[in-house]
Amino acid sequence: MKATMTQQILAKKLGIKATDPSLKAGNLVLVEADTALSNDVTAPVAIDVFNKSGCALCDAKKVTFVLDHFTPNRDIQSAKQCKIVRDFAREKGVENFFDVGEMGIEHALLPEIGIAKPWDVIIGADSHTCTYGALGAFSTGVGSTDIAGIMMSGKIWLKVPSAIKFNLVGKPSASISGKDVILYIIGKIGVDGALYKSIEFAGEGVKYMTADDRFTICNMAIECGAKNGVFPIDETTDAYTSESCGKTFERFETPDDEAYEKVIDIDLSSIRPIVAKPHLPSNTEFVDELKEDIKIDQVVIGSCTNGRLSDLEQAAKVLEGRHVNKNVRTIVIPATNKIYLQALEKGYISTFIKGGAIVSTPTCGPCLGGHMGILASDEVAITTTNRNFIGRMGAKDSYIYLASPATAMASAIAGKITSADKLED
Amino acid sequence: MIKGKAFKFGDDIDTDIIVPATYLSTFDPKELAKHCMEYTNPEFYGEVKEGDIIVAGKNFGCGSSREHAPIAIKGCGVSIVIAKSFARIFYRNALNIGLYILECPEAVDGINAGDTVEVNVDTGVITNATTGKSWQAAPFPKFIQNIIECGGLINAIKADKFN
Repeated sequence: MKATMTQQILAKKLGIKATDPSLKAGNLVLVEADTALSNDVTAPVAIDVFNKSGCALCDAKKVTFVLDHFTPNRDIQSAKQCKIVRDFAREKGVENFFDVGEMGIEHALLPEIGIAKPWDVIIGADSHTCTYGALGAFSTGVGSTDIAGIMMSGKIWLKVPSAIKFNLVGKPSASISGKDVILYIIGKIGVDGALYKSIEFAGEGVKYMTADDRFTICNMAIECGAKNGVFPIDETTDAYTSESCGKTFERFETPDDEAYEKVIDIDLSSIRPIVAKPHLPSNTEFVDELKEDIKIDQVVIGSCTNGRLSDLEQAAKVLEGRHVNKNVRTIVIPATNKIYLQALEKGYISTFIKGGAIVSTPTCGPCLGGHMGILASDEVAITTTNRNFIGRMGAKDSYIYLASPATAMASAIAGKITSADKLED
Repeated sequence: MIKGKAFKFGDDIDTDIIVPATYLSTFDPKELAKHCMEYTNPEFYGEVKEGDIIVAGKNFGCGSSREHAPIAIKGCGVSIVIAKSFARIFYRNALNIGLYILECPEAVDGINAGDTVEVNVDTGVITNATTGKSWQAAPFPKFIQNIIECGGLINAIKADKFN
């Protein structure tokens, strides 16, 4: 097949062949969106634009609102923002409206409840909307005006991206998760290494990547500038969608290397636990190569990147029978209520609490310095979130290290950055 | 057909250069226009005339996602921005608020400040009327031209021209 997976998805939406000249990289196409997603930060802006237009809602089923950033509301302003969305959803009959009680972090929730699925075109007013490529969807982040446009017309214009193929080879060691893989890739190509482009994953190594690993990897596609990330649809996808949608989906045709602008081999067996140091996700270093002890004040395990069940499982396994360091505040945030409940049933929540961590209701909270764990000046955090920009989690002179759940929890126990295999019993 | 005088800018013109953040408290195009390129090219607003053209290097509009940046440029009367490349969000924002943009590195190199430039938006042909040279940029499909002619995405949808 001479077309990328992204081109195949867009072709199916347009009812044309994937090799059609109109889908050449760089061309602009107008496509039907399956879902227009926005949250408590971006939905009020989209609603305002929509209301001023005087147009009718094109299709309430295409609209999804998730109140996840500053919820449960941290202040009066955020309560107002949520109320705007809540009132609009009720008035317009938007069923895919998720408020406290039903909500989870949007990019964990949508796949879990079957709103995000293979072959879909999902457009979100949130930069981490690219997460759903894990299931073989085309998904990308845009501004609020674009979301208003979909609310009015059902459609979105898109530039067909050129693509980079990451050929995953080798078998990763048991201590490696999707987070280590994507940080390694971002470290290799840089924060603008895939600007405008699609990043697509292929190769024998794909089978070692669980659904949760794939969500983490596609979630951070934006951190190397990519428009979207995509995994093939395979048995792992089938197992996931059998549960979330009650069915399985048609496969992509395997794209030839010629369909790509560039092919980069990634040897999974060569990846070791890795961190991204302040202040860019590309500023990576293997944990065992860090030159000095880095003491930490806070650990966050959660977010749209790493708040899923297997993330909590990895963290709980590291903590089991141990206790976090007295000087480290350890905050665990299951990404959805379903994940929370499963973690409770599996005993992970008990492990966290007995081990000296706290467990929060689902929220984006600390990842963007919103609430539930803000950093003071000079404080250092290691976190499973996605951005370590200056001031992202609080004071502009605080320091953020990005890592996998296992590395983050191991560091919480040691009081300094360390990988799980280096912990003393 | 677009015709105007070229104003030249370099690479990586960011959204803070286009309109400094301190002026973001308004969405009024005429107000924003007064501060367009104010810190780096304070004479720009006084000199630019309705229909004139911005010609710039790579990564034009990088930085913030603010829609104020293309609004300020359009508010100055600029008819089109021709650049070697655009930052992704600026690219979307410009078209969504109804500002013509074209990517054509060769044309950027072949146009000097003050040259008179003609652009046929239907064909994507850019002509330097001062030197007589012309270049072919990829033209926009009809639905994008409709967005710009209607004055932006929302207006185009309202006019049933987004199809």
